[in-house]
Amino acid sequence: MTTPVLAIENLRKSFGKDVVLQDISIDVPVHTATVFIGASGSGKSTLLRCINLLDGIDDGVIKLDGIEISDPRVNSDEVRRKLGMVFQSFNLFPHMSVIENITLAPIRVQGLSREQAREQAKELLIRFGLSDKADQYPDRLSGGQQQRVAIIRSLALKPRLLLLDEVTSALDPVLVNEVLSTVRDLKHEGMTMVIATHEMGFAKQVADEVCFLHQGRIVEYGPPSRVLENPTDPRTQDFLKRVHEAGRL
Amino acid sequence: MTEQEGGAASDEGGRASSLWKPSNLELQRRKIRSDQNRRNIMIATISSFLVLGTLAAVLVTSPGWKSLTDTFFAWAYGFEILPKVILGFTTNILLTVIAASCVSVFGLILALTRTSRSPALTPFRLLATVYVDVFRGVPMLLIILLVGFGIPALRLPGLTRNVMVLGTTAVIITYSAYVAEVLRSGILTVHPSQRAAARSLGLTNFQTLRHVVLPQALRRVTPPLLNDLVSLIKDTGLVSILGVTDAVRAAQISSSRSFNYTPYVMAALLFLLLTVPLTRFTDHTMRKAIQRQNAQGLA
Ligand SMILES: Nc1ncnc2c1ncn2[C@@H]1O[C@H](COP(=O)(O)OP(=O)(O)O)[C@@H](O)[C@H]1O
Ligand SMILES: [Mg+2]
Repeated sequence: MTTPVLAIENLRKSFGKDVVLQDISIDVPVHTATVFIGASGSGKSTLLRCINLLDGIDDGVIKLDGIEISDPRVNSDEVRRKLGMVFQSFNLFPHMSVIENITLAPIRVQGLSREQAREQAKELLIRFGLSDKADQYPDRLSGGQQQRVAIIRSLALKPRLLLLDEVTSALDPVLVNEVLSTVRDLKHEGMTMVIATHEMGFAKQVADEVCFLHQGRIVEYGPPSRVLENPTDPRTQDFLKRVHEAGRL
Repeated sequence: MTEQEGGAASDEGGRASSLWKPSNLELQRRKIRSDQNRRNIMIATISSFLVLGTLAAVLVTSPGWKSLTDTFFAWAYGFEILPKVILGFTTNILLTVIAASCVSVFGLILALTRTSRSPALTPFRLLATVYVDVFRGVPMLLIILLVGFGIPALRLPGLTRNVMVLGTTAVIITYSAYVAEVLRSGILTVHPSQRAAARSLGLTNFQTLRHVVLPQALRRVTPPLLNDLVSLIKDTGLVSILGVTDAVRAAQISSSRSFNYTPYVMAALLFLLLTVPLTRFTDHTMRKAIQRQNAQGLA
């Protein structure tokens, strides 16, 4: 068996007395997408932040390509270079143009020359249909365009693993699709991903594995056809029912 | 005009609008607006004339007006001593330039120390906090006197007795505390998610500060920093108390010889020549900053 890109064993995380995540164990093999669903506050963002070493963990092991990254002696800057992360609120740098946003890390972190970095950024912008926005500032773009630029920004570092945290939650319904189809394209190209989302239809399309998080625990996981269509745990059934009802309103 | 072209491509929004002519209703509204405008301008003009005219009349007809103009606005005498005051004023400018450069560096170091979370810097963070509290809480005149007279009194070999250097040092010590606070508030207003985004791209803490946090912080605090610069220019006049021959001291020397206060007025005009444009410019950048924030809020 090949080593999974990401392996988590018995992860536990608390903020003060609040235990936010416990007994989290997952494997994410190469070229697959693991999707986390669950109510707001169930711990999805925290889990992604822990994987990206933005938050420390209380117990357990996180491995990237078989190497433990939760070891306090690892250089977290070097680990983050191998991981891409896209946030719900885009977090583009408002004082930089689109192309400057994309080239910042390749120039400063990977040591690419300005020309190389711009060349590569332009290719990415063309590939994702945003080539006319290269010199715009983020506040001139629609939310959907901003989020696609944020995705491109993390792709520019050619990450081993992409972490997507509710990338469509801050968007108008009409803009959701352009972002989701970008993610679907990435999946087809074989990008390994961990995704937190509220979009069940999208989860069905891209997920190889779905994990339902409830109060910081994975209470049900498996292929989307099982977890999303025939859930066995009453808490999953309840959650999906509520999502379904909300969608109909 | 290009009306035929416009007609051919009428489904393109931009072209089609060239065919638009204001409706009668709109024309009527425009006339009402311009009438209202004219009336407002008239009211503003009349009220200004009334208020300012009355003030001027009261001043000029007051019994002391003649002697006042003689002692404060003796222009012929004023221009005679102007070169001396200007020479003094170059000291103020020099002092401002030196102090502003040093203050930017020290203020930034203090602000970064106070906002850092590194455990190794804990003692420095404490010192920086005490420093800022102390020097923001004491009148600058006292700091100038303490440094200007205190350091020479120590009689330590190697320490300067040059009043210009001592005065400038006191100004730098005090203004670094002011500027550090302004910079710190700017750094704190940059949302943590910006740091998270930068760190998740693999940028180091320092790179994040340098390329993401500081540029945004500096933009936001440009208006208050410019305000501090205006104050700094004015406050360089305070070092005259140590005997530095700046514009204030030069005016004082001339004035005490002639028992006429016009030199002070000339010095004041020189300061205004520099500070008023800067203040206008500050207002302008502030208005632009607010516009930019509003635009971001809408996006
Ligand atoms: N920095 C923090 N400090 C304290 N509690 C936090 C912090 N971040 C998240 N939490 C708590 O952790 C829980 C999980 O939050 P989060 O991971 O954001 O959930 P989700 O992304 O699934 O909505 C929530 O109860 C939240 O209040
Ligand atoms: Mg969340």
